[in-house]
This record gives sequence, structure tokens and C-alpha cells, in this order.
Amino acid sequence: MIEWANTIVQGILTGGLYAMFASGLAIIFGVMRLVNITHGDLIVLAAFIAMVVIETTGFNPFLSLIIVLPIMFVIGYMLQRGILNYTLGDDLLPPLLVTFGLSIVIQNVLLEVFSADSQRLKAGAIETSSIQLVDGLSIGIFPLITLVTAIAMIVGLQQLFNLTRLGRAFRATSDDATTAQLMGINHRHIFGLAMGLALGLVAIAGVLMAVRSNFDPSIGPTKLLYAFEAVIIGGLGSLWGTLVGGIILGVAQNIGAKIDPGWQILAGHIAFLIVLVFKPNGLFPRTRDD
Amino acid sequence: MSVLEIENMTAFYSDFQALFGVSLNIKKGETVAAIGANGAGKSTFLRSITGLVKNNADTFLYNGETLTGKVASDIVGLGIAMVPEGRKLFPSLSVEENLIIGAYQQRPGNWTLDRVYQMFPKLEQRKDIAGTALSGGEQQMVAIGRALMSNPDMLLCDELSLGLAPIIIKDIYSALPSIKAEGVSLLVVEQDINQALEIADRIYCFQEGRISLTGKPEDLTKDQIATAYFGISYD
Repeated sequence: MIEWANTIVQGILTGGLYAMFASGLAIIFGVMRLVNITHGDLIVLAAFIAMVVIETTGFNPFLSLIIVLPIMFVIGYMLQRGILNYTLGDDLLPPLLVTFGLSIVIQNVLLEVFSADSQRLKAGAIETSSIQLVDGLSIGIFPLITLVTAIAMIVGLQQLFNLTRLGRAFRATSDDATTAQLMGINHRHIFGLAMGLALGLVAIAGVLMAVRSNFDPSIGPTKLLYAFEAVIIGGLGSLWGTLVGGIILGVAQNIGAKIDPGWQILAGHIAFLIVLVFKPNGLFPRTRDD
Repeated sequence: MSVLEIENMTAFYSDFQALFGVSLNIKKGETVAAIGANGAGKSTFLRSITGLVKNNADTFLYNGETLTGKVASDIVGLGIAMVPEGRKLFPSLSVEENLIIGAYQQRPGNWTLDRVYQMFPKLEQRKDIAGTALSGGEQQMVAIGRALMSNPDMLLCDELSLGLAPIIIKDIYSALPSIKAEGVSLLVVEQDINQALEIADRIYCFQEGRISLTGKPEDLTKDQIATAYFGISYD
């Protein structure tokens, strides 16, 4: 019994990381209606940038974020204003194709610069320390930090979207970019900021992922898949939904692995398909009047 | 002295030419109505002024400053606001948020949330619900309030009466004099000719992307207007 409890608790903690992957994707889709195929590769890019920062400065991975996060923000803003804004329109295909192309470019540039070697960021004792709740059930400090960070991120994003001038501009532009311009909102700039914000989240997710597991230039698409599944389970456009989606995915994977180690990934996909069959719009779909 | 001066404006929707050399001027505090049948180019003209539709003009000046090449979000900052056709409230925003977003550029002036609520008391009672959950008339009030929140010197109104019951239209139009009293110039696009003649100092009649008639309402005969509006004479 305690073993199963442990499996579920570890799954919930894993879900924190998936929610983090997913929240950036949810913002990009929510504000720009853009399906970002390159999301997973940007997570890996953030991890490599953190690796370089750590090697250069000697910072620990958490501290490296004070450099990595602004870099990713600027990359996001420039990517949106320089390339992605030109792909937006009534047709969903151009942004899909362009981000797919970008995904291939990023993977190959990373491969060229960093080789195919597997890497890992080292955070010291925190990686392995844990709190024992009862006999047979412990919570790792680092996975706990990841989950708490994911929750804090979602709370922060909710506040930003609901209570600030910028948040209102994000929502208005997402509803109707043309009418938003009549309010004096420069929609291209707002889209740039939204992508910058999303890649800021990607920076945090990338660093936490890189401490938790090995990474190499080719793993982006797998991360993208988890992010997609979490977003869709949660219901497109709902931030709390992405957390629930991430947790469902994490728990399903851990239960799968418990039954048979080979079933870990498959169990996550099966949970995703089950949700799709019964709730095609996800668990918390955003209701819209238009 | 004209606040808005436009000479020979043309505009296209890809290959389709919607405006053919339209000239118009508006003086400070003046109310001008643009009338004309569906597809005559009135809305395109308003959208061109706001920068939403690309256009060319020999002269396109607002307070002496050229608007040619300016993007829509900058033009709002210069003091031109628009109440778009069909209200176009933001579904994700509450009534109050819809109003607040109108003040996004934080242009200084007399219009505040309180003053908009004073003008349309119904809105204050319903400020926390989604803007799109309101009735058509109330939505139109939000759309007007939202435009005023940008503290404009010129307000462009596109088809305020569209889809509304006559009694509601009266309500909506009764708000215009107090806006005018602030010194705001009004350019009102309206298919309802009687409504337009009632409020306007001058009218411009649009026909197939051109101005077919212009003048003060009291100087124009019904027949002149009908000819300019439909392109045919009564007789």
C-alpha cells in the first residue's frame, strides 16, 4: 500500500516539471494562438545556455537563472518580433511549419556546438536530499522545489493576467488583436512580450529539468510532447489546468513504471488518450463567448 | 481651422479599391456624419483614419501632424478614438476591464471611470460581469465609454444604431451632446439618415467609395440626399 502511495506522490512531484514545460506553451497558444513546435528545443537550449553560464561563472544552477532568464526573455521577444509575428494570421499552418523548421535548426546548432554527449547540471547535495514522511515514503527536496516553483509560477501568472495592465492587454490582444490596436495597444509588441515571458518560464523549466535528468540536443521533441499532453489534458488556455494535466501525466507515468519499467512513457500517453476520449476539450476548457 | 484634413484619400483591400479620392475636413468641436448605403466605403474610411486600413492621401493631417504611415496604436495616442462597428467588446474582460483598457495609453484628460459610469449608470451595476454578457444597447454604452476612456479629441463612431431597438438608439444618441460639450469632434457613420441629419453639423454622403454630396443638413433637400445616397433620383 505504502509503495503505491509513494508512486503517486513521486508522480505528483514529476508533474510539477511537466506543468512548468506546459505553462509556457499554454501562454504562447493562449495569447498568440500559435502552436509552438519548437518549445521542447527551447527548453533544451535554455539548459545548454545555463551550462555555459555555470562553466563561465561558477554559479550554481539556481543562481545561473539570473543570467539565463533574461537571455531567454530577449530570445523570445526577438523570435516573436523578428520571425513569428509574420506567420500569424487566419491560417494556423505557417506558424506550425516555421516553428517546426526552427526546431530542426535549434537541434542541429546545439549538436554542432555541444556534440551529442549527454549533459547534466550539478546542484550539489540538494539533488539527493529528502524528507522522510513515513517509513517507505520520502519526498525529494529537489522535486518538491520543482513542484512548489511550478505552483508559484502559475499563481504569479494568474495575478499578472488578471490584475495588471499588461495582463489585460494580453487578454484583449488574444481576444481581438485588431480592436486591441484601437485601444492603443501595439499587438506586435504585446506578442513579443508574451513570447519573452513564456521563454522566461522555459528558462526556469530548462534549468530544473537539467538538474533532474540528463539532457542532450535531441530530447526537445519528447519534452514538447509532455508539454502538449499536459496542456491538452488541462484544457487549452487554463493555467491551473496545465498543473493538473502535468500531475496526471506524472502520476500515470509513475504508475506505468511501477507495473513495468518499460511502460513508463506509454502509460502517460494512454492517460492522455483516455482524457481525450472522455473530455475532448480537456478538463478545464476555457469558455468563450465568441 | 480644421482638426482633421484629408485630401484625395484612396484605400484598397488587396486588389479591391474601396476609396477613390475622398476629401473631408472636420473643425474642432464639429459633428460630421458620413451616410451612405452598405458598401459605400464609410467604414473603410473610418478604419483608414484609425490606421487599421492602409491608405494613400495627398493630405492626411490631424492637428497639423501627418497621420500617413502611422500605426493604429500610435494614432490613438494622438487623440483619435473609435467605437467600432459591432461594438467589438473583449470577451475575456469584464465590463469594467473593457472600460479600463480604453485608457491603455494613459492620455491625460477629463474622462475617468467615474464619469463614464455617471453617463451610463447601468454599467456600474454590471461592472463585474463579462462585457459580452450585456444586452446590445449596454454593449454599445461600454464601447462608447471605452473609447472615451482614451480621452480623445476626436471620436469616430461606426454605425452606433446597428442592430439596436429604436428606443435604445435614442438612449445611445442622447449621450453624444455631452461628449460634444467637452469639445470633442465627432465623425459619425450612420445608415439611419434621419438620425444622422438630426445630430450633424455637416454631412458627407458616400457612394461607391466617393463623396457624392456634402453640406449642412438644413441646406440639403430630401431629393438631393436620396440621389446622392442611392445614385438614383426619386422622380
